[in-house]
Amino acid sequence: MKSVVKQEVLALSGDEAVAYAVKQSDVDVVAAYPITPQTIIVERFSEYVANGEVETEFVCTESEHSALTACLAASVAGARTFTASASAGLALMHEMLFVTSGSRAPVVMAIANRALSAPINIHGDQSDTMAERDSGWIQIYAENAQEVYDSIIQAFRIAENPEVLLPVIVGLDGFTLSHSLENVNVLPDDVVKKFVGVRQFPEVLTHEGKKAPFKLDPEYPMTMGPMAFPNYYFEFKRQQEEAMKNALKIIPQVHDEYAKISGRRYGDGLLDLYSLEDAEIAIICLGSTAGTVKTVVDELRVDGVKAGLLRIRTFRPLPVEGIIDALKNVKAVAVMDKSMSFGGHGGQVFQEVRHALYDAPRHPYVVNYIYGLGGRDTSPSQIRKIYEELQKILQTKHVENPIRYVGLRE
Amino acid sequence: MQSEWKFTAKDIAEKPDLFTSGHRACAGCAPATVMRLIMKAVRGPTIVTNATGCMEVVSSIYPYTSWAVPWLHTAFENAAANASGIEAAIKIMKKKGRIKHEHVDVIAIAGDGGTYDIGIQALSGAVERGHDFLFVLYDNEAYMNTGIQRSGGTPLGASTTTSPAGTVLPGKLEYKKPIADIMVAHEMPYVATAAPYYWRDLIQKARRGLEVNGPAFLHVFAPCPRGWRSDPSKSIELSRLAVETCVFPLWEAVNGKYQLSPPSKVFASNPQKKKPVKEYLQVQGRFRHLFTPKFEKIVDEIQRITDERWNRLLKKCEMS
Repeated sequence: MKSVVKQEVLALSGDEAVAYAVKQSDVDVVAAYPITPQTIIVERFSEYVANGEVETEFVCTESEHSALTACLAASVAGARTFTASASAGLALMHEMLFVTSGSRAPVVMAIANRALSAPINIHGDQSDTMAERDSGWIQIYAENAQEVYDSIIQAFRIAENPEVLLPVIVGLDGFTLSHSLENVNVLPDDVVKKFVGVRQFPEVLTHEGKKAPFKLDPEYPMTMGPMAFPNYYFEFKRQQEEAMKNALKIIPQVHDEYAKISGRRYGDGLLDLYSLEDAEIAIICLGSTAGTVKTVVDELRVDGVKAGLLRIRTFRPLPVEGIIDALKNVKAVAVMDKSMSFGGHGGQVFQEVRHALYDAPRHPYVVNYIYGLGGRDTSPSQIRKIYEELQKILQTKHVENPIRYVGLRE
Repeated sequence: MQSEWKFTAKDIAEKPDLFTSGHRACAGCAPATVMRLIMKAVRGPTIVTNATGCMEVVSSIYPYTSWAVPWLHTAFENAAANASGIEAAIKIMKKKGRIKHEHVDVIAIAGDGGTYDIGIQALSGAVERGHDFLFVLYDNEAYMNTGIQRSGGTPLGASTTTSPAGTVLPGKLEYKKPIADIMVAHEMPYVATAAPYYWRDLIQKARRGLEVNGPAFLHVFAPCPRGWRSDPSKSIELSRLAVETCVFPLWEAVNGKYQLSPPSKVFASNPQKKKPVKEYLQVQGRFRHLFTPKFEKIVDEIQRITDERWNRLLKKCEMS
């Protein structure tokens, strides 16, 4: 790519990559509360504040509920805002997640994905964000620290796009990404600042009939967060869904524009396809597990096995058409879920993918593998076994048990 | 320190209403009067944020609004966190030249539920962090918006739908939480109590709260005829009676130093003018059961705790 900017390589953990990206993104207000494994983000950012490296109001709140509230309120007042959390912290924010998306506040939040209690567990799985999939936030899951850095910068542009105006979660697997050092290419400060730009506001009509920027502004008094009765509430919700649909278009655009500067692409920004063109069997997963899967795919390809990977980078909005298209030639699919939907039919990603495929012209076999809960490691040999089981399904043309567990004592 | 804002009744009458008519508050709603008075105290560009509650619900029914200022509601327990975010945003955007106003005041408004109970964590945190905002508590002494449930602000003996007076229980068994003293304990620069009958005192205190650098807390007594089972035409008089019985004394604490306000000072210098709490209780249906033989001792207990708290306040004000 020709216009790639010269970049510095830094050794950063996923959390540090988040903090570095936020530092460069001209963020006005950061309000946050510490929780493992997200804490390093807040700590690094506090250092930037202490050393005068950022022009940001840093509000160390007394809870995650107040952290997101403060970000939401600051965002409605016109500021670019960021927060970070995980697990119980995200769960405490639950109420405010809906208020933030419903208020159309483009808050960006990093989540160092962690298991939910009980029993209490500080390690990585995706139960926390999966529990919030219907909260109206865009959800992007990163595969490595580099993608974490890139995704945070892109998130501000996506969230603040007037056609979207929705909050964005960038998920990074707890410890696997949050605490592991990687070489991360970082763009120069001025390049990032130019890329994110200054926040723009859509023009709306005030109750006085004046055209005004959509924010709290003493110049144009506006009532935000009103009470909507059954005669109006439904239309508000329908507009949020429309914004999600728009995000399906805007996320690849922002991703593309960023790729031209950075030279880095993650599929089309929605789905990241790996050796999928001629694949007969494929794994679908989110986040860092994709790295392990890719290694196994490479090995299998050497052996002549037509294995592939579909990594869902953007889980909300779900790129349904892209998933159908990506799997059009695949005969058996294993969907990996790092979370559970208790009493449901398989994990959340499995449910969504299998549901999406209902409209596909032809249906592959689809099985679910629930794995890695509470931070349990998933090895290349376990991934290899999943591919072997997919091959077996193709041979027997039969799925015995569609919901399976990886590395579990039963 | 800037010179004190002085105003006449005419000034107030002529100042445009920023909490406007057309809201859907009940007849005799003192909180709505309190909103109007508070908004008479603003000194320039101001952003208001409300917790969920009566005043939020009656004033913001889409597509209508009673607010002639930028106004935000997000949830119940977080009015002070809203204020924190707004204040932080204004501070930094002013620094970056992204807003033109030299100063924007921030007012957070919540009822007793949104202050004493579910909102106290966010309030305590915001005050500890020292955000520059005025928190107004309009205290109608129960969750009125959801239908008169008891809160930490409900007084002893009051019958509510979750502390009903029954054959065994005399209404609420617990005492009203001394919320304003709790706020003084935060070592914040300004805390005051007010009642709408003393409207001039109320407006002056709201203004002081805005002018002070850092967080300010204004506790406003706000009768609710629906919840108190009182005559809707007597709400403002009830707020006077609460002061005259010393059930709700008016005071302010500037940098932690307590001082009685003139309407209450009268009863410090002339204790004989202090009315018995009975006069205040008997005009409210929520205390009706206390005037039956079974529960009449509760009236004595209310008098005792009222006197005890009043004497403690006098000591704090160095008036005893």
